[in-house]
Amino acid sequence: MIRFEELTATAGAVTLLDRLSLTIAAGPPTVVIGPNGAGKTTLLRIAMGLLQPTSGRIVRAGDPRRAIVFQRPTMLRRTTAANVRYASFGADRTRELLALVGLEHAADRAARRLSSGEQQRLALARALAREPAILFLDEPTASLDPASTKAMEDVIRTVSQRGIKVVMSTHDLGEARRLAGEVVLLHRGRLVEAAAAACFFDAPGTAEARKFIAGELLV
Amino acid sequence: MPENLSALDLVLTGDPALFAIVRLALIVSLSAVLLAALVGVPLGAAIALSSFRGRDAVIVFLNAMMGLPPVVIGLMVYLALSRSGPLGSWGLLFTPQAMVIAQTILVTPIIAALARQTIEDLWLEYRDELTAMEVGPLRRLATLVWDARFSLITALLAGFGRAAAEVGAVIIVGGNIEGFTRTMTTAIALETSKGNLPLAIGLGLVLIAIVLAVNALAWALRRAAERLAG
Amino acid sequence: MIGRLVLVVAVLTIGGPALAQDKSIVVASTTSTQDSGLFGHLLPRFKARTGIDAKVVALGTGQALDTGRRGDADVVFVHARSEEEKFVAGGFGVKRYPVMYNDLVLIGPRSDPGRVGKSKDIVEALRVLKARTLPFISRGDRSGTHLAELKLWKEAGIEPAAGKGGWYKSIGQGMGAALNTASAAEAYVLADRGTWLSFRNKGDLAILVQGDKRLFNQYGVILVNPVKHPHVKKAQGQQFIDWLISPEGQGAIAGYKIDGQPLFFPNADDPNA
Repeated sequence: MIRFEELTATAGAVTLLDRLSLTIAAGPPTVVIGPNGAGKTTLLRIAMGLLQPTSGRIVRAGDPRRAIVFQRPTMLRRTTAANVRYASFGADRTRELLALVGLEHAADRAARRLSSGEQQRLALARALAREPAILFLDEPTASLDPASTKAMEDVIRTVSQRGIKVVMSTHDLGEARRLAGEVVLLHRGRLVEAAAAACFFDAPGTAEARKFIAGELLV
Repeated sequence: MPENLSALDLVLTGDPALFAIVRLALIVSLSAVLLAALVGVPLGAAIALSSFRGRDAVIVFLNAMMGLPPVVIGLMVYLALSRSGPLGSWGLLFTPQAMVIAQTILVTPIIAALARQTIEDLWLEYRDELTAMEVGPLRRLATLVWDARFSLITALLAGFGRAAAEVGAVIIVGGNIEGFTRTMTTAIALETSKGNLPLAIGLGLVLIAIVLAVNALAWALRRAAERLAG
Repeated sequence: MIGRLVLVVAVLTIGGPALAQDKSIVVASTTSTQDSGLFGHLLPRFKARTGIDAKVVALGTGQALDTGRRGDADVVFVHARSEEEKFVAGGFGVKRYPVMYNDLVLIGPRSDPGRVGKSKDIVEALRVLKARTLPFISRGDRSGTHLAELKLWKEAGIEPAAGKGGWYKSIGQGMGAALNTASAAEAYVLADRGTWLSFRNKGDLAILVQGDKRLFNQYGVILVNPVKHPHVKKAQGQQFIDWLISPEGQGAIAGYKIDGQPLFFPNADDPNA
């Protein structure tokens, strides 16, 4: 669906992505992992089209509709339902989407007064209202408690099963194991390894991947 | 207005002259604020969302205009509306409409400057989301104005405060005509010049009470609405 | 939102043409006439007789004449004869009618440090103030009272603006403000009797010199020239003038009193006034 060729992104003297080439295909979720500063967020933003790479090429086959949930999503100063309705593309599926993320009960509450777990799920419903073919999720559970994390992961699984391609980042290996069909490991802006999840965890192909799985690749 | 009465007596007895003065002051200042909002809010929002050469200069200009002395604006409007001025044929000098025009000019920069700041702050918050949702420029502007509406009330109140408190502009273009263009502030100026300081202070207290009431009302409105929309 | 728009439109439209259709004229007059309360006494009587609203804009004499010159008033009603005659001669006014006079009084601290209160001679009193550099407040606003004051200094052979030591303060404001200032600074000040009598912040001030013929202050009324300014409400303005100089108007002027004292003395029948 999306192919990156020799992507490089810099901000001032800092290199965020370094000649990264990768193909993302339809199927179960692609999970981008790596320590802080590896370039996960930059990759998602470039894939979404919010950032332009310094050099390199992005090929989007058939220009699939895209949506994103940011790591710290901003709720519009409206009700929960109004947030979803605002983002709606085509038919209004607000009720259905709120039901999907388990927020029907909060439809008429001010979105900014929801808990952070609820806000994250609302952001997901809002992104789905865009009717995307590809959905980018930037660390969707980073700030959530275990119960909220579970709820979020359940929704992600459902979404993926409905045929939407999920591309998400996380620094949580457990989450990667639970959700990933394919794993992409980034380190210091470079692609270290991209493999099917089972292969990656059972037989990592690089020293960095082994260290990361062992919890020793910190920066 | 009988002069041997205290302002409190006037309030308690519901003095019709005092009532007319308060009513005119409110109509003039509120009309000016609403007209200024219709111009100032979209203007402030447009500046907040655009980037062009000289944008900083425009912002500095707007901020400086917030401090423009009312008497200067009064004089400019007077010269424009005078029968010998470019808009003399309108015949508006020494009418409440002239006062509304002067106060609108007085208040628009305040509302535009504060709206610009408010909307720019909200834009920083919303930018990623709205860009990701591929929201076009016009809808973007409307969204920001709508979602900032409760914060913008503060800008309108600042404008109302300046309009309700000023005397320099309305006395020049309105003429302080009894029963026609006399407002709270021009009445206070007149009573002071007559040495009737107790009545002047009393009227001042009435003015403070009214401004306080308008602010309290707006604040209560904002609170109630915020609970609904966050 | 729509409600707000309606309100704004209502204010801008209802106020405009509707009021313009009313029978009303704009009279540019002086602060002393307004502050004395005379208009509050005259205008209701004029309206009862003619149905015309006279809207008074109270300014200094110079500014009032300027308002007429620009065509922003229908009638000017001021007190500075030479200026009024210039106004008519310049084609800005139709004709000057004498209406009434009042008198100026020299006000000062009750203790009267200059002892000027002993004589009626205003010019002599001013000489004493200058000689002893006693504080004097001047309106300095080109009003009729200010012009009269300058004339008196001239007669005394004194150029007060050159006064060193700051004893002569020109404040550039109306009569009431000048009295407020004098009251606070325990200074001398020249005021019209009307404003003085109705002034409520006298403090320790009192009348020290009065009755000198040179203190009399003549008022005139002039219709702004409709040839120069076609929108001037000629008929209604002339009605106002005719009423002021009629026996009824003159009687109303004489009948206005504060504490039993008349403030203005009608003299429309004096061709030399």
